[in-house]
Amino acid sequence: MTGQIRGPVGSTQAGILGVGAYRPVRVVSNDEICERIDSSDEWIRTRTGITSRRFAGEEETVVSMSVAASEKALAQAGITPDQVGCILIATVTHLYQTPSAAAEVAHKIGATPAAAFDISAACAGFCYGLALASDMVRGGSSRYVLVVGVERLSDITDAFDRSTAFIFADGAGAALVGPSDTPGIGPVVWGSDGSQLDLIRQEESWEDAFRREDGPAWPHLRMEGNPVFRWASYEMAKVAQQALDAAGVTAEDLDVFVPHQANMRITDAMARAMGLPETVAVARDIAEQGNTSAASVPLALERMLETGQAKSGDLALFIGFGAGLVYAAQVARVP
Amino acid sequence: MATTEEIRSGLADIVNEIAGVPAEDVQMDKSFTEDLDIDSLSMVEVVVAAEEKFGVKIPDDEVKNLTTVGDAVAFIERAGS
Repeated sequence: MTGQIRGPVGSTQAGILGVGAYRPVRVVSNDEICERIDSSDEWIRTRTGITSRRFAGEEETVVSMSVAASEKALAQAGITPDQVGCILIATVTHLYQTPSAAAEVAHKIGATPAAAFDISAACAGFCYGLALASDMVRGGSSRYVLVVGVERLSDITDAFDRSTAFIFADGAGAALVGPSDTPGIGPVVWGSDGSQLDLIRQEESWEDAFRREDGPAWPHLRMEGNPVFRWASYEMAKVAQQALDAAGVTAEDLDVFVPHQANMRITDAMARAMGLPETVAVARDIAEQGNTSAASVPLALERMLETGQAKSGDLALFIGFGAGLVYAAQVARVP
Repeated sequence: MATTEEIRSGLADIVNEIAGVPAEDVQMDKSFTEDLDIDSLSMVEVVVAAEEKFGVKIPDDEVKNLTTVGDAVAFIERAGS
């Protein structure tokens, strides 16, 4: 054996250096949703906490929304696109099997030749991406990693489905992760439970939908509301606690709690199950944004920063959970 | 083992805490949805709290059969015996 390879050299710690968001222009009211389903504004508000949501227009694509959110995150971090070593895009609504949205976004923001790939982890996608980014920075594969959560769920939502039409929405959020003097992102607690695959799912494969005997159809997202509510509210409260334990902090140390914006009732039940102190500011972006899956955590964090509910240096707990089932949670410092 | 009245009373406390319904309104003949205005998500919360309080397991499939407070009390009694 001759020669010895040099191992990768990373930074001791990683942190979030900037956050950015893009909210589609068009605001969609509950009344507009109820034009296609037998429901009411009041019913939707009490079941979900959603008063309105945003639906993307034709020009507001997965890629264009990602670009807009990414540029804001880079600007906040004070990092130029050419410094970005990798772009991770978490989405389930980039309707191309290949190439990835990430490669196109890298090119469009001028981050070429950054490494680029998409992550399929549904509503946990952003927290999955944040975990990977943190490990990449610490492991030495990239100095700066851009993590984007983006969805156009309106494309795969059945506007006539009384159990989901009012929940899902569109938008993008991004975070720039890089080296940090002190630990800025705690250990991730993550996992999956494929035995509960059917609870949230695309109703059939693209192939089955395309080859239907009665002609091509469009497969939609389906969800079993009550079992998902139970899993999300109680099992995820345990995961959130594990993430706090892993980071060596308690709920009392937290300033902000940013759960995936699935349903206001889930957020409330989870906070109760965790025994979250009232001093912790809780993200409630869902009220005006709907459930944007992978985009919801960075979108919610951005709104909290905009409105002063969160400030730079705050200690935050993120948790994402969704179709798979999959989940991920971590404690992080707000940039 | 708790008596029927103890289970009803414990359940009433849970319903009060989760849905803000006065505990004295939670009587055996009351329907969770029709009389007490408990929606399906609050019902999930009630079930989880009842499981914890009475040390029983109430499967998802069973929840839809629990129309009245009496149904729930009877189920908990059976499951706990």
